[in-house]
Amino acid sequence: MSTHGTISELAGRIRTREMTAVAALEACLGSIDRYDGTISSFQCTSADIARARAEAIDRRIDAGEDVGPLAGVPIAIKDNIVTRGEPTTCGSRILEQFQSPYDATVIHRLNDAGAVPFGKTRCDEFAMGSGTEYCAFGPVHNPWDTSRVPGGSSGGSAAAVAAGFCPASIGSDTGGSIRQPASLCGVVGLKPTYGRVSRYGLVSFGPSLDQIGPFARTVEDAALVLQAIAGEDVHDSTTIDTPAEDYLKDLHVPIDGLRIGLPREYLDAGNDPAVNDMVNAAVEIYRGLGAEIVDVQLPLTDVGIATYYVIGPAEASSNLARFDGIRYGRRVAPGAGEGLFDLYARSRGEGFGAEVRRRIMLGTYVLSAGYYDAYYKRALQVRRLIRREFEDVFQQCDVLMGPTTPAPAFRIGSLTDPLSMYLCDRYTVNANIAGICGVSLPAGFAEVEGRSLPLGLQLQAPALGERTLLRAARMFEANTDHHDRTPDLDAMAMDS
Amino acid sequence: MTTPDASGNHPGSPITIDEVRHVAELARLAMSDAELEACRSELVSILGHIATIDGVNVEGVAPMAHAIDMSNRLSEDVPGDSLAVEEVLANAPAVEDRFIAVPKVLDPGDGA
Repeated sequence: MSTHGTISELAGRIRTREMTAVAALEACLGSIDRYDGTISSFQCTSADIARARAEAIDRRIDAGEDVGPLAGVPIAIKDNIVTRGEPTTCGSRILEQFQSPYDATVIHRLNDAGAVPFGKTRCDEFAMGSGTEYCAFGPVHNPWDTSRVPGGSSGGSAAAVAAGFCPASIGSDTGGSIRQPASLCGVVGLKPTYGRVSRYGLVSFGPSLDQIGPFARTVEDAALVLQAIAGEDVHDSTTIDTPAEDYLKDLHVPIDGLRIGLPREYLDAGNDPAVNDMVNAAVEIYRGLGAEIVDVQLPLTDVGIATYYVIGPAEASSNLARFDGIRYGRRVAPGAGEGLFDLYARSRGEGFGAEVRRRIMLGTYVLSAGYYDAYYKRALQVRRLIRREFEDVFQQCDVLMGPTTPAPAFRIGSLTDPLSMYLCDRYTVNANIAGICGVSLPAGFAEVEGRSLPLGLQLQAPALGERTLLRAARMFEANTDHHDRTPDLDAMAMDS
Repeated sequence: MTTPDASGNHPGSPITIDEVRHVAELARLAMSDAELEACRSELVSILGHIATIDGVNVEGVAPMAHAIDMSNRLSEDVPGDSLAVEEVLANAPAVEDRFIAVPKVLDPGDGA
C-alpha cells in the first residue's frame, strides 16, 4: 500500500476487507523501520499494543460490525499525551522512565472511532520550542531536507505524516506547535478552538493556551480526525459544552461570497520573499473561487510574542512545579547533608533542559513579587485587547488568511538566540491567546539551495468556526496540488 | 510602566545576578554560576522584547486569564474508578511498602 494514501481511502479499504487493519499497521511500521533512521520522528512505536488493537478491529469487521470512520487507521501520538502501557517522556530526561498509567481522552476517542494509535512522536521538551531541536533524545529532521528542522514543538508528528509513515497524527498547539511544523513539513495541521478537544491526559504546559489537534495530508482527513476527538469531556472542565458539529458536511460547499480578511501586518517586509509570494498567489486562487478579499488590520500582531512570552512561561512555571523528583520522574541521589530543597532543586536542575529552565525562570520572574503587575497583569490586559481585535475583525470577514510562518524551515542548530526562535511563532501565537481556531495547509514551496521547502498558508476563524475554516481550507486544496507532492526519502537517506 | 511599583522594584532596571539566583531558588532549580549568568543575559534580551507591551494602552481593560469566559463548573459527586496504587507507585523513584519514600522533611531537633 502507499503510505501516502488518505484516511478515507484507507478506512474504506479496511472496512470493505480489501485490506486488513493489521496489514495497514505493518506497512506503517515497515516504512518507519526503513526510513525513520534518517528522520527520527518517533520516540517509540508500540507494535504489540497496536497489533492487538488492529487484530481486534479486523475481527469486528469480519463479524460485520461498523468499527467507525477511522477503521483501522494507524495514528501517531505526540509524546506529551499519555497512552496506557507506553512511555510518555515529553522529550525530557526528567520523564525518561515514565510509563503512562492511563489513556488520554483523545486516545479513547480515537479507539472508539476505530483508529489504531501505534507510537509516540518526538517533540520539543515539554512542547517548548519551534524546531524539535530541544528534544532531550535527539532532534527530528525535516523529510524535505534532513539538515533542517521540521518545526516544533510537534515536529515528530508533522514529519511522520510528511514522510508517509502514517496518514495522520496528533499534536498539541500552545503557541503554534501544530500549525508551524505543519507549515514547515508541507502537511495540514489544525489547532481547534480552545476547549473543543479535551486536554485530559495532555501533559500541561500552558493550560489556558494548550489545545490538541490533528496533522493529516488533506483537509478532509484533518476534519475526520477532529470529528473523532472533539467534544465535551467530564475529565476536562474547560471543554466547551456545546456538542461537536458535523465537520465534514460543508467541506465541498463552494465559497462564493466568503469574505477572507488579509491583515496588512501579515505581509510583513521581514517575511521571506517566497512567503509573501505564496500568500499573494493564494489571494488570486481565492479570488478565482469567488471569495471576497478584505483588507483588514490587526495591529496587535506585533505584541503577540511579547504577550505570549509572559503568559506561557508564567503558566509553565506553575505547571512544571509538579516535576519535583518525588512522586514520579527522575530523582537525583541525595548528597551528604542535603535536605528536601536540594533534592527538588537538583532533580529539576539536572532533569530539565536549557529551554525548559529558561521558561521556568522567565515565568517565575514575571510572577514574582514586584513584577506581577508590570508583566503578568499587563499581559492579561493585552490578551483581552487581542481577543477584541479578532472579534472586531471577524465583523468584517469570515476567515483570516496569511502565512503560517515568516520563513521556510531553518537549519538545525542555526537559531542560537532564544528570541529569534520565539519570533518564528509571530503569526500563530495570537490564535492561542484569543482561543480561536486556525489551520495551516500546504500552499507552495521555497526553492532554497537546491531543495524545495514547503510553505504553509494559515487560515483562522472565530471560536467554534471550524466548519467555515475547514471549508475555506478544503476549497483552496481542491484547486491546488501542493499537498500532492511528497519528499523523496530515498534521496534523503542517501544524503545523510 | 517603568515606574517602581509598591515593592520598590523597577521593571526597567537591569537584572542582577542576585535577582536571578533568587528566582532560581523560588523555582527550585539548581544552576551553576555560569548557568545563572547565561540565564541573566537571556532574560535581559527576552524581557527587552517583552517591554513592547508597555506601548499598549491598557487603561480600564480587565485582565483576561483564560481564552473563554467560563465560571466554575460543578459536577455530581459520583465515586468512580481510580488508578491502582501499584501502577502509581511504579512511577515513583523511591518506594517503601505502599508509600513513596522521601528524605527526612522535618529535622528531629525541631520538636516536631
